[in-house]
Amino acid sequence: MKTRARRLLPTLGLVPFLGYLTVFLFIPTIIIVVGAFTDHGRASLTNIQGLANPTVWQALKQSLILSASTAAIGAVFGSLLAYALVSGNPSGLARRAATSVCGVLAQFGGVMLAFAFIATLSYSGSLTDLLRDHAGIDIFGSGWLFALPGLILVYSYFQIPLMVIVFLPALDGIRVQWREAAENLGATTWQFWRHVGGPLLFPAFLGSALLLFANAFASYATAAALVSQGNPITPLYIRAALTSEIILGRQNLAYALALEMIVVVAIVMAAYALLVRRTSKWLS
Amino acid sequence: MSRTPRQQRARRLRTFRITVFVALGLFFLVPLISMAEYSTRVNGGGRSGAAWAALVTDPDLRSGILTSLELAVLTVVGMIVLLVPTMVWVRLRVPKAARTIEFLCLLPLTIPALVIVVGIAPVYAWVTYFLGNSALTLTFAYVVLVLPYSFRALDAGLSGIDVQTLSDAARSLGAGWFTVIARVIVPNIASALLSAAFISVALVLGEYTFASLLDFQNMQVVIDYLGKSNSQASVAASLAALIFGFLLLLLLTLVGRRRRGEPAVLAPTPQPGQEG
Amino acid sequence: MATAVTERTGLEVRLEGLSRHFGDVRALDNLDLTLHPGELVALLGPSGCGKTTALRLVAGLDEPDAGRILVGDRDVTHMPANKRDMGMVFQSYSLFPHLTTQENVAFGLKLRGTDRGAREKRAKEMLELVGLGHQANRYANQLSGGQQQRVALARALAIEPSVLLLDEPLSALDAKVRAQLRDEIRRVQLEVGTTALFVTHDQEEALAVADRVGVMNKGKIEQLAEPETLYNQPASHFVAEFVGLMNRVPCHVADGRVEVLGATLGAREGSLPSGPGDALVRPEQLEVAAAEGGSGRVITVSFLGSITRVRVRMPNGSELLAQASGAEAARLAADQVVTVSITAADVLVAPAD
Repeated sequence: MKTRARRLLPTLGLVPFLGYLTVFLFIPTIIIVVGAFTDHGRASLTNIQGLANPTVWQALKQSLILSASTAAIGAVFGSLLAYALVSGNPSGLARRAATSVCGVLAQFGGVMLAFAFIATLSYSGSLTDLLRDHAGIDIFGSGWLFALPGLILVYSYFQIPLMVIVFLPALDGIRVQWREAAENLGATTWQFWRHVGGPLLFPAFLGSALLLFANAFASYATAAALVSQGNPITPLYIRAALTSEIILGRQNLAYALALEMIVVVAIVMAAYALLVRRTSKWLS
Repeated sequence: MSRTPRQQRARRLRTFRITVFVALGLFFLVPLISMAEYSTRVNGGGRSGAAWAALVTDPDLRSGILTSLELAVLTVVGMIVLLVPTMVWVRLRVPKAARTIEFLCLLPLTIPALVIVVGIAPVYAWVTYFLGNSALTLTFAYVVLVLPYSFRALDAGLSGIDVQTLSDAARSLGAGWFTVIARVIVPNIASALLSAAFISVALVLGEYTFASLLDFQNMQVVIDYLGKSNSQASVAASLAALIFGFLLLLLLTLVGRRRRGEPAVLAPTPQPGQEG
Repeated sequence: MATAVTERTGLEVRLEGLSRHFGDVRALDNLDLTLHPGELVALLGPSGCGKTTALRLVAGLDEPDAGRILVGDRDVTHMPANKRDMGMVFQSYSLFPHLTTQENVAFGLKLRGTDRGAREKRAKEMLELVGLGHQANRYANQLSGGQQQRVALARALAIEPSVLLLDEPLSALDAKVRAQLRDEIRRVQLEVGTTALFVTHDQEEALAVADRVGVMNKGKIEQLAEPETLYNQPASHFVAEFVGLMNRVPCHVADGRVEVLGATLGAREGSLPSGPGDALVRPEQLEVAAAEGGSGRVITVSFLGSITRVRVRMPNGSELLAQASGAEAARLAADQVVTVSITAADVLVAPAD
């Protein structure tokens, strides 16, 4: 008994940490899961059924479109930018600076980013004014900036730099020798990318795109600051559910919506983990 | 003289690089330039710094900035108090738990911040019951928010030193556990602590989700609210906050670079919980 | 014919007046070199001497500022690398990590549109040739460094290259594997008969593997000769000192005669014409004998199996390395007073350091 107690003693040192996480991370998660399946204190599927409501469904669909399109845009342009950086001098100042800036921009979101685009493209935004006064172009249109197209543009602003950061290590892993060996064996540039570069980078590319997808799907602040009316995407629907006591006649809809988000993100992250495992087989 | 294939290829590559840099450079620069232009314009022509002056004169904005700064300090303190002893303890006495602790610390990356807010609201009913309805109670949530990033920074720092040997040496000289951590370990991971603190400050200053949905007035909430009446001031505040965050994070990459072998803390793996 | 290797004779390769500058650095300075058909020539030199640049120019991975490269009667100077049909073995890590050993070897054939059956057969044959027939389905990260280089060799040879290029293929391996693989490369090259250019900074490797060795210095070939000639009759003091162990013994030259260690010897071609200089003498050309009143004093005696190395301090403070064998070596010990004499008939004299 005594030795056993002594062996358990060190574990006690972890109690404060675990206790803290329990209160501020685990309990909230449990509250969501439990809340999603209760109504007025009793077990119920009412809230889950609420997810089938056309407006909720529409919001999820738009959220998925937003996440997928900005993940695609971010992945394509981000990898092009990453390649442009890698193909230069690897220890050069330009590359170091660009990587640092991308690190900052990938974190740059929320209210500040929303106002950056409001200053640029809103009705009296700088670019809108410039194009209207000097080229006679009405870029503002019917206010697309504050709807899904606007969100796609604005999200790209942090998705592209995020792609650069997560994809750069994979590009760095492509050795010059592989390129030269392929060339030597008779490969054209296209054949190199088709048979060597492409297959080697594809898992990392796809994995990065999945991260971008999850990142966009989970984002809230930018959309909240940009879109003050309507609930075009799931996170904004959650805002509506939280701020008005009862929505769609359901008290706990917010929990069901949150659970929906958890499930989507979990699926994406699981796919990501699978891909990472596959790449690590070669690049170890 | 005709160009050789190799020169042609180098030329094509250069054209490609310049195109990419110019096009994406414009995409990233235009909104920033617009912010500067928008926040200083005067209707009917001319320039004015009035919107920028509001940063210090507007009482709401001032108190929001102050709140956010206080929150940043409290979060850093809370993060250090919670994380450093735990991480050192794991390395010294319960190495078996290392993987679990790492998993738990990185968990907030995969749970969107918005989701945590939904679940944490009832918990905050209790927090306000015990501690009063102060914006500073956001610290509790923010410590969770910065956990993954701080963990990475600190983990890199601790991996760079031999915690076991250092603590054995200190204890053989008569030091207690508190002394070991405060006087021996901490000074040796100073730069990692600094990185963890920087990234925490940057995250807290940009935080909007928790504050707005739990109904507290931090800087971002005030900026957002102000946008409805004085969008120029909001744009000025956004640009100022952005520049400040820029400097902070650039400083962070410099600190990170000083120590060899430390991975950049900024290189994020999944960050769905992040503002964005 | 069902032999593993297609019988063929190699092509002649000529490098004519090749120059390459990188900024102010002259990596190659008007280099001429001819490889006879089926010959293996090693380019040997310190890092930065231009040997790798020469190889990359032949491969087409870089282009010369001046000069031409001819393979057989084809001018390939400005031909893209992927059209040159040259097999190259890189220093390390050149295998494609997502392909198996066999797929790596078959890669070049796949690009040439060879059908699946034929290229798999060929890949297997090549793997057999390098002794890795049983490892066909492994990935590069499951192979040792030596095995990876064998696969790289098989891959380079699978396309029946006009020339085989080897860029320090052994430098990333440990000593024992290096010696083994070195002999293996030579065996395979002789078997397929491809003309080969082998770049290395390791003189032992170059001497062991090559038909002829070109010693390079500052972008030029100082001497191109068979290994024996290079060792016994170095054309310059750079070659003499880069290849094998060499003593510098102070001497005086006049009228083609060298006065050194109390003897008068002939001056080899390329020597300093007159005045004080350093005679370059190999350890095995120095004889050490115990003698009262000798001018040298033994510092150490190291027994190395078949031979014994003796380090002697001379009156002027310099040290000489001599080689002794059997009986005489047994009589020597540290601190002993000895005489040192030269057994060679003529020596090469370099300007004094």
